[in-house]
Amino acid sequence: MKRRDFNTLLLSGLAVGATGLPNPWNDGMAYAQTEGGGLTALLTPEPPMLVLPLNQQQPTIVAGSKIYEGLLNFDFDLNPLPQLAASWEVSDDGLTYTFHLQRNVKWHDGEPFTAEDVVFSCQVMLMELHPRARGNFERCESITALDEHTVQFVLREPFAPFLKAFEAGSAPISPKHIYEGTDYANNPANDHPIGTGPFMFSEWVRGSHIHLVANPDYYIEGQPGLTEIYFRIVPDAASRSVAMESGEAQMSCWNDVEMFDVERLASLPHLTKTSQGYEFFSPLLWYEPNLRKEPFNDLRFRKAMMHLLDKSFIVERIMFGQAKAAVGPLCSTTPFFEPELPVYDTDVDQAKALLDEMGLTPDANGTRVSINFLVVPAGEMWTRLAEYFRQAMAAAGIEVTLVSTDMAGWGQAVSNWDFDMTNNLLYQNADPALGVARSYISTNIRQGVLFTNTEGYENPEVDRLFAEAAVAIDPAERQRLYSEVQQILVAELPVLWMAEQQYPTLYDSRLTDVIVTGTGVNGNFATARYA
Amino acid sequence: MPQFLKTFLRRPAGAVGLTLLALVTAMAIFAPLIYPASPWEMSGIPFSQPGENGMLMGADTLGRDIAAGVVHGARISIVIGIASTLTALLIGVTLGCVAGYAGGALDSAIVRFTEIFQTIPNFVLAILLVAILTPSIATIILAIGLVSWPPLARLTRAQVRSVSTREFVQAARCQGQSTLSVVVRHVLPNAISPIIVLGAMTVAAAILIEAALSFMGLGDPNYMSWGYMIGAGRTVIRQAWWMSVFPGLAILTTVIAINLVGEALNDALNPRISRA
Repeated sequence: MKRRDFNTLLLSGLAVGATGLPNPWNDGMAYAQTEGGGLTALLTPEPPMLVLPLNQQQPTIVAGSKIYEGLLNFDFDLNPLPQLAASWEVSDDGLTYTFHLQRNVKWHDGEPFTAEDVVFSCQVMLMELHPRARGNFERCESITALDEHTVQFVLREPFAPFLKAFEAGSAPISPKHIYEGTDYANNPANDHPIGTGPFMFSEWVRGSHIHLVANPDYYIEGQPGLTEIYFRIVPDAASRSVAMESGEAQMSCWNDVEMFDVERLASLPHLTKTSQGYEFFSPLLWYEPNLRKEPFNDLRFRKAMMHLLDKSFIVERIMFGQAKAAVGPLCSTTPFFEPELPVYDTDVDQAKALLDEMGLTPDANGTRVSINFLVVPAGEMWTRLAEYFRQAMAAAGIEVTLVSTDMAGWGQAVSNWDFDMTNNLLYQNADPALGVARSYISTNIRQGVLFTNTEGYENPEVDRLFAEAAVAIDPAERQRLYSEVQQILVAELPVLWMAEQQYPTLYDSRLTDVIVTGTGVNGNFATARYA
Repeated sequence: MPQFLKTFLRRPAGAVGLTLLALVTAMAIFAPLIYPASPWEMSGIPFSQPGENGMLMGADTLGRDIAAGVVHGARISIVIGIASTLTALLIGVTLGCVAGYAGGALDSAIVRFTEIFQTIPNFVLAILLVAILTPSIATIILAIGLVSWPPLARLTRAQVRSVSTREFVQAARCQGQSTLSVVVRHVLPNAISPIIVLGAMTVAAAILIEAALSFMGLGDPNYMSWGYMIGAGRTVIRQAWWMSVFPGLAILTTVIAINLVGEALNDALNPRISRA
């Protein structure tokens, strides 16, 4: 470092000290937003890269979605909105999707964006790199550029949620002129990602921050409203809270702030909290029994467990109110949610009666049956969920032994069906066909693969309903099929649904139009600005 | 009263240490009588302050009684402290005796082996062992025992080496007693005093290691322990200090008590210290 730089650094550090602003990182740098309207946001943990087509981990998407865009965006009710596609048509048979692209779009290196880039991304690059995109675009018979600004996707058979495949994180559009014919993972451009988004990559200091600057040639007049974005990587949760509290950072999302700290920060006058902007993902938390084993294969036992668990305790005490009690296999924010479903009241006597009926009577110690519980090794909340489960079951004489393991061990045990009970949490990805069916259809019982039908539930009727609903075009018909499947599932309890997790986004109250879509902080922030 | 006990109790350290230790032990023994309900019972009102809602030390985030946890936690701390020290003594004293008495190549080999263990940081190795063996009370005892024996082995070796050159040991050998008999009957009894003192200190260290493991979430999830309570309460320490402070005080008291007892033992067992 040159001496002058060092002095500047020292001075800025002194300035921070002098204004009395605590700097939680103690690195002597001032990160508060500049006069013109920059944003410092937290990012946890540090992503491995920013190239969205190559990596779809949570932090990669949060930062990468400002650089890369998809054809579509989605509002809070998950209706499609334009992004790189200005308009689109779907044929009546539900087989042909035609997208008319935005004009005057340039890649960050100045090259024009055309329909060829879309074809290359969806047909070649993402098919190789992006598992979720592959699952969607495999359904295409052809993907063709009709002219420079028109792309047509033709499906082999109808797939109702197909439009959802075009969200930025699900199908980020990448530059053909950079990636075609290269080794994607080792392309030198990966160190300096090139997209079409409202923000351009500027600098990444590993372990410290990622710096993005506004794209002056962005195709929407007057956007972006922010001049730059700093993503700060702060590994310690307490320091992240302090950064939000002091104003050093102006935004936190997902798990940046620990649940118990959210309400305290939200009550500060300079911060605003919203739980909107996670509708596209809608995470659902449940207790998962292994239906291949005794006594979980008996519906009466699963009902008894459901009667012993108190969802409001989990929501209020374990998730500190950052959740909503779940009623069934669909989140209330996922399309085709059915609100009229049977309810299992918390009732110890009813649970005991069910256990008696099964012949599981208490022994001399009051124990009816002993089961193991595999604790999810992902942090405090999961440990508390396991401890709560043990206490809740003890009320009816079900003895639960907690089993600890590490993350790899958990994945190994669950995907190979070597467990009694555990917890699980899955995203619903904006449509039951994309994020719900996978947990219950028997064709998705795949040993060794996580987030499949790991509980081992099999019901031909459920298989049929999910299959029909995925290809049905008429929304009313889909609603009917999904309502029916929700009724069956709630009656049969393949897993015990507990809570819809509601991640909080906290941001500086002066910011406006930040969380404007159902993908929230995974959106491109083009409209965000200081009031 | 034997001379040893008199000296021990006359030291303020001994008297205070023994009283505190007796208190903690009583807590461990009578835990099921004082708090018959499970310390995991989520029956109280979460975040109750100390003294509120009939809970002496308040409640944690899920409404569990902190006082019940502290009392029940004494059991696990003491059991793990003693059991892992016995494990360490078994390994350490055996290896130390063999090395010290046999000498030569075997001695060198054992000393080098001990040094290998001494170069690895205790706690890191304990974490590694528990993580590999999956956390349970048995694996925690084993892991703490396996990282605590090297100092005991070195001390035993030094003691045995010096004692085994004495005339009474040579006399025993001349009488034709077997090596085992010489070591167990003549060498060890005369070498044991400092080992007992170090053993007491090892108990304290073992309790600290167990607390640290539980704090990191590597404790046995089926037993309430002090380290676990601090680990679970640490996240909300700004809102609820009592969740971490009371179990912390319990660890502090126990470890200090054991160290005081160890110190007094050292004085009482050391023939060079005046007994006036």
